[in-house]
Amino acid sequence: MTQTALALRGLHKSYGKIHAVTALDLTVTAGECFGLLGPNGAGKTTTIEICEGLLEPDSGEVEVLGMRWSTHAHQLREQLGIQLQETQLSEKLTVTETVRLFRSFYRSGPPVEEVVALVQLEEKRAARVGTLSGGQKQRLAVACAIVGDPRLLFLDEPTTGLDPQSRRQLWDLIGRFRAEGRTVVLTTHYMDEAEHLCDRVAIVDHGRVIALDTPRALISSLGAEHVVGFTLEEGSNSADEQALRALDGVSAVRREDEAFELTTTELRRTMPALLALAERSGLRVAVLRTHSATLEDVFVALTGRHLRDA
Amino acid sequence: MRDSLRQLVLTRYREFVREPEALFWALLFPILLSVGLGLAFRNRRAEVLHVAVVGAPPTTQKTLEALGLSNGIAAEGLDTSAARLALRTGRVALIVHAVDTGTVRYEFDDTRPDARAARLLADDAIQRGAGRADPVAIGEQQVREPGSRYIDFVVPGLLGLGLMGNGVWIIGFAIVDARKKRLLKRFMATPMSRVEYLGSFLISRFVLLVLEVLLLVVFAALAFDVPLRGSLWLLVVICSLGAISFCCLGLLVAARPRTIEGANGLMNLAMVPMWILSGVFFSAENFPVAIQPFIQALPLTAVNDALRANMLRGAGFDVVGPELAILLAWGIVSFVIALKVFRWR
Repeated sequence: MTQTALALRGLHKSYGKIHAVTALDLTVTAGECFGLLGPNGAGKTTTIEICEGLLEPDSGEVEVLGMRWSTHAHQLREQLGIQLQETQLSEKLTVTETVRLFRSFYRSGPPVEEVVALVQLEEKRAARVGTLSGGQKQRLAVACAIVGDPRLLFLDEPTTGLDPQSRRQLWDLIGRFRAEGRTVVLTTHYMDEAEHLCDRVAIVDHGRVIALDTPRALISSLGAEHVVGFTLEEGSNSADEQALRALDGVSAVRREDEAFELTTTELRRTMPALLALAERSGLRVAVLRTHSATLEDVFVALTGRHLRDA
Repeated sequence: MRDSLRQLVLTRYREFVREPEALFWALLFPILLSVGLGLAFRNRRAEVLHVAVVGAPPTTQKTLEALGLSNGIAAEGLDTSAARLALRTGRVALIVHAVDTGTVRYEFDDTRPDARAARLLADDAIQRGAGRADPVAIGEQQVREPGSRYIDFVVPGLLGLGLMGNGVWIIGFAIVDARKKRLLKRFMATPMSRVEYLGSFLISRFVLLVLEVLLLVVFAALAFDVPLRGSLWLLVVICSLGAISFCCLGLLVAARPRTIEGANGLMNLAMVPMWILSGVFFSAENFPVAIQPFIQALPLTAVNDALRANMLRGAGFDVVGPELAILLAWGIVSFVIALKVFRWR
């Protein structure tokens, strides 16, 4: 039996004349990682802050872990882990002091040292927050979110502005948290993040959900396109673009120096044909990779705009 | 103490001591002010007035001997032109023309107070030297004791000023800064108790309070001999109650603003009238009678009056009771309003 971690029904929230959230419905199942994907200003933060009890909706129902903010605010705060966009933790405290401060607010939770180790800040445990890098600060923010042993974790743009390595570290952290069977709700405007982390994704635009499914199902709704990319070794015979276009299933070919990208609807027919062509024409393939079309393409198909410039 | 409260108090304390500049100014500024004012208004020894004597040598000599008996006057014999020059340049306050035995003429500027004083002292000495007998016997008693000098007046005022400034500024800025950085909002998303959060500011205030009061009082006692005539316990009570009262005022000032600039304006609005009216540097009684009830109701006036009564006059609880009541009222009213209107996000 599946339990509901979060249920939003007919949520509305306006700031003056701006409708931040309109008629939003969502259900998040316990144990899943749920993503709110959308461009800046889509209403993601407003939605998540309503769930966190930091904002009051104009109308609509919010049920978190089967409780309501109006009657169970304190119990909810005990069981939620929250990371906000733009919180600046006190720069003069050390990492350990910050985590210990947050730990003291909760009735139960893991030891401070354990949490510091979990977010890989052991070497920085005595460093002042002001001296940490962006990625380290963000991991500390997550540490403060999980220090109360939450059943449900809200992360608002956890990796925005981070370098790839720091993003990767945070993804691992969120993945580990999820593996323990807890529920994660995160917002992001990175489609690769949503694809990598989330079991289900709601694509949000102009305050409403315009698509909701697993990342894979959302992409296949486009007509299941795949991309095959390969690079040739130096000194190899050059590939003939005409011949590539003629391969089974290929709909488009893009070339950049000795790197090629084939777009295909039928990956399992294109791949053998490509390898056979390489054999015949003496192509020495250095790198070969395939990937599915992305959520970015889904967003483009639904709105006609790209996520990053929406 | 609950661990959350202890951690919050520790946080306040750490944030404060890890900002060395703030600590430096909070503790040292009152001392620098008291040094400056103490030097500017220090009590000089009674001034000696210079007098020139002009005339024929025998009469001049007799006049000089008579003037030598007065310890408020230093007299010297000069010729007429040198004496006139000394008078014009202010080196002497008075010229005594010893015309002949039995006649003198005074030359002085009667708009100068020191000249008039020299005239009286010189005349008194000369008449006595000539054998005048005073019909009334006199005795003198000089009063220069600690407790009634300007420095004695100003040190309790500086103490009060510090209690107000450190309470309002340190608490006000810390809270508005936390609000601006969304840290307050982050805390609201945890089960943290709001009363504990605000209470942690009041508790941590005492760490600095002990230092700032002790430093200034000990310094003033050692350097300027400023007396501590009242009970030390009462001094502790006045300082503590004053500090809490101003902290609550700080909470109230910081209850709404989202920016440091906004908070700064409100702090000035709250504090500038008290800097002027509450008798820090000069007595509040200089202001018109009509506004005295308002001035007496201000918390800084209450602190200053209570501190002066305790330190300088040795007054007890019975005397400073009304002032303590005023402070308590300000504290409670400010805290309740602050808690009601506080912007937590």
